Amino acid sequence: MTEIELLSWARGPGLQIATVIFVAGVVIRIFEIFMLGRKANLAEAKGGEMSGGLKTMITRTIPDRTTFKRSSVTIVSGYIFHIGLFIVCFLSAPHILFLKDIIGFGWPSLPTPVIDAFAVVTIIAMLATLVNRLTNKVMRYLTNFEDLLTWFITFLPLVTGYLAFHRIGMTAPTLLAVHILSVELLLIIFPFTKLMHAFTLFIARWYNGAISGYRGVAS
Amino acid sequence: MKKDLSLNDGTPTEGTTGSGTLGESLRSQGVSRRSFMKFCATTASMMALPPSMIPLIANALENAMRPSVIWLSFQECTGCTESLTRAHSPTVESLIFESISLDYHHTLQAASGEAAEAAREAAMEENFGNYLLVVDGSIPLDNPGYSTIAGISNLDMLTESAKGAAAIIAVGTCATYGGIPHANPNPTGAVSVKDIIKDKRIINVPGCPPIPVVITGVLAHYLTFGSIPELDHIGRPKAFYGQSIHDRCYRRPFYDKGQFAETFDDEGAKKGWCLFKLGCRGPTTYNACATTKWNNGTSFPIESGHPCLGCSEPDFWDGGGFYKALSMPTEDISKTAVYTVAGAAAAGAVIGALNRGKKSNSDKIHIKTTIDDLRK
Amino acid sequence: MSATLEKGINAFKRQIDSSVASFFSSCVHCGLCAEACLFYTETGDPKRTPINKTEPLRRIWKSEYTLFGRVGKMLGLTKKVDDKLLEEWQELVYDSCTLCGRCSMVCPVGNDIALMIRKTREGMAAAGQAPEGLIGATNRSVTIGSPMGVKWPALRAQIRHVEEDSGLKIPVDVEDVEYMLLLSSMEIMNFPEFIEAVAKIFDKAGVTWTISSEAFEATNSGIQIGVSDIAAELVQRIVDVADKLRVKTVISPECGHAYMAIRWDGPNLVGKPFNFKVRHILEVMDELRQQDRLKVATKESQKLTYHDPCQISRRGGVIDEPRRLIDMISDDFVEMPDGGKMNWCCGAGGGVSANERADEIRLKVFERKKAQLDEVKPDAIISACSNCRIHLEDGLEEYNMEIPLLSLTETIAEHLAED
Repeated sequence: MTEIELLSWARGPGLQIATVIFVAGVVIRIFEIFMLGRKANLAEAKGGEMSGGLKTMITRTIPDRTTFKRSSVTIVSGYIFHIGLFIVCFLSAPHILFLKDIIGFGWPSLPTPVIDAFAVVTIIAMLATLVNRLTNKVMRYLTNFEDLLTWFITFLPLVTGYLAFHRIGMTAPTLLAVHILSVELLLIIFPFTKLMHAFTLFIARWYNGAISGYRGVAS
Repeated sequence: MKKDLSLNDGTPTEGTTGSGTLGESLRSQGVSRRSFMKFCATTASMMALPPSMIPLIANALENAMRPSVIWLSFQECTGCTESLTRAHSPTVESLIFESISLDYHHTLQAASGEAAEAAREAAMEENFGNYLLVVDGSIPLDNPGYSTIAGISNLDMLTESAKGAAAIIAVGTCATYGGIPHANPNPTGAVSVKDIIKDKRIINVPGCPPIPVVITGVLAHYLTFGSIPELDHIGRPKAFYGQSIHDRCYRRPFYDKGQFAETFDDEGAKKGWCLFKLGCRGPTTYNACATTKWNNGTSFPIESGHPCLGCSEPDFWDGGGFYKALSMPTEDISKTAVYTVAGAAAAGAVIGALNRGKKSNSDKIHIKTTIDDLRK
Repeated sequence: MSATLEKGINAFKRQIDSSVASFFSSCVHCGLCAEACLFYTETGDPKRTPINKTEPLRRIWKSEYTLFGRVGKMLGLTKKVDDKLLEEWQELVYDSCTLCGRCSMVCPVGNDIALMIRKTREGMAAAGQAPEGLIGATNRSVTIGSPMGVKWPALRAQIRHVEEDSGLKIPVDVEDVEYMLLLSSMEIMNFPEFIEAVAKIFDKAGVTWTISSEAFEATNSGIQIGVSDIAAELVQRIVDVADKLRVKTVISPECGHAYMAIRWDGPNLVGKPFNFKVRHILEVMDELRQQDRLKVATKESQKLTYHDPCQISRRGGVIDEPRRLIDMISDDFVEMPDGGKMNWCCGAGGGVSANERADEIRLKVFERKKAQLDEVKPDAIISACSNCRIHLEDGLEEYNMEIPLLSLTETIAEHLAED
């Protein structure tokens, strides 16, 4: 297989396979969650479920002061890596084109030097999260194989993307193919791992906010 | 054109072939010392050699014996030859071309029929082990009858001619990687030179067609050093194929700033913005177009407003639509996604129902817990 | 004596709903919940990380309700829930969690971890893995009517004392009144002043109320041990009496989990909405204050702080009411750091105080409260939960601190205007 063939496979059949697994997996997981159902609350309400739920979906993004002080490394590195990942994923021109081809619309991109800088920052932040995961007493206790696997699979597209952009180590077609394949790997493991949190956290936050909101507490 | 007097008097040596040295030949063609040195300097810079090497090249070229060159054309379009001859006389490129002993070349030789084949055989015999074999076009393996010359199949002619070659230069993407004949579904079973010849040094000079000075540059290198230049992992001279079009493209600043032509006639296109969104293969293509340019340094495709097709890369024809950006999927992913959602929703409903059943069954088999049930 | 592992596993299965499934799906093992839990911060033991306490429930969710887990189970790859695991987890689920819900407020993905632990207890209890102390308290609640074994005659005696001391009549089993007051055994035995305080406040406000001789116990051991069937039975006793007496509102006394049990869990446990309202005594007083029926003449001169009982504030929604009431009687009120919905638990709720095995750790984790108090340095602490109150007194004594503890209701009563 030549490198252009590899690239074509990654852009074509490879992406098809990854898309099917990703989409099917996510849809099934969402069905699994919602179809379990939840009993209606019979207690007299003090506040709204819907308003509380929607509010918490957003407000839970910001940590409270004490939690921030107590876990600043986890929070700061987590924040940078999530924001960086978002910017690199969704605001770089080639990625927007990729998404535009699938969803039918695009949006303005950031200049490449900016994306490049964010990629470096994100890579550093991700390394920091790994060091933190392995040194922080609680995280080390909680960490299992899946945590390390998902870290690695998330880290791969970042690094391969960076290398592809700068054409380091291999030829451009190979680098681009490897980058796309690494993203496909991410898509494939996504529905079966904690990466699902990217979707389910909004459901979880809604329930949390709804439970509290019903009792008149902003959570 | 003025004759340059300072040209060295290359003493003719009894060599394997031809009519004296390059220096003599050049002089007889009326090439000035100045333009000859300019060619040497250009060649040196293209091959990333230090300026101190220029006199060495000049000396080597002037004294080089005109080697015998056998040029074989298989499944090809003659574009490569066209490219080479596009150089206007009396450019140094065309002179170099005349300064080798081109003993066999379909398109250019005067002889035809049996005489032509006899010339080839004679050259091979006379210069066995020393001639340069240049090949353009791919070789059909499916059925030898798809392409024959004088009743000889391409495969037979190549293997036979390769035996006595000092080195082989595969010119054009067909000879180097199979090119368009090799493109899906490859009806003739076309393959490249390196797919057949395993025991010879092969220099790949891909491109559809390759840049003329790149062809002559490779020849110059061989004549100067008597060896093949440093090659990359797919056999291309690094001196010419070491950098991607994208990295040397004059439109690169627009890519970095995120300024793209969205169509061929929009404001961006008029302003000369980056053609990435129009499918430019610059980022994955290694060639010298952006620096050497075409038509005597006039321009290159991107400069005339068309994205790079990536013609110097293997399988460029099968790498997805030319006008689809490189980062775009080549298949209809949204359709795949929509069908998958539909299918997965059905599957999800079934799995969800199973879960529900399991949960309600747990309610059913539950026996009310009393204080007598708190201990084992 | 028929608790079995199978019953436990079935209970876990029953507890998992869409909210729990979304919670488990979202956890990324970030460890933030540990820093929100005083059982971790004060012991530094990572196994006490809140989300880790839900491990048995997580395993059942994974292997029963996820596609990947089902496949894994078929291949024998999933982690099993067995007696050994549950035994090991007892100490985490019961001794090291007060269901205070602070973790639920900080989890960045929004997991209501306290709810998950509460549900984990259902499976633990059904599998016979509840602590002895809680089994005993639950037994007494069901058979005697109170976890501390307090019976009606004991309360009747206390009522007589209060009536003698105050000269006020305490209404018992009166029908068609506005309010029916519930009491915690703790109040009956240790703080009968509470009854007197309520009597005074209601007398001044002109409120009709009663105490039931049949169902006066507000606490609910079923909630703490994690047996919904028993919790429902205990709630039903109150519902029956409230319906019989046709009261408009049932008052939960100064007790955190009692409020949770009757106000928020109650209707869901018995499976239908109540015909009456449920209010915490703080809510009732605040309502009277709004209606100008609760007036004070004097104020406290000392520096006060308020300890938010978790089940009343964070989990119950009664946060502003106590502050408005304290404002009536104090010009020198200081919030504890993290006061309000993010307040730190005292360390003894959620059945921990009923579980002798947890005595040591509950005093150890009191250091968190001590740190808060060291920062505020109040002259007195006001609270609204007698369980918190007893434990706070315990803790203060353990750490040689002398800060008096006041009940908000009792303090208000002391400052009532005479007219």
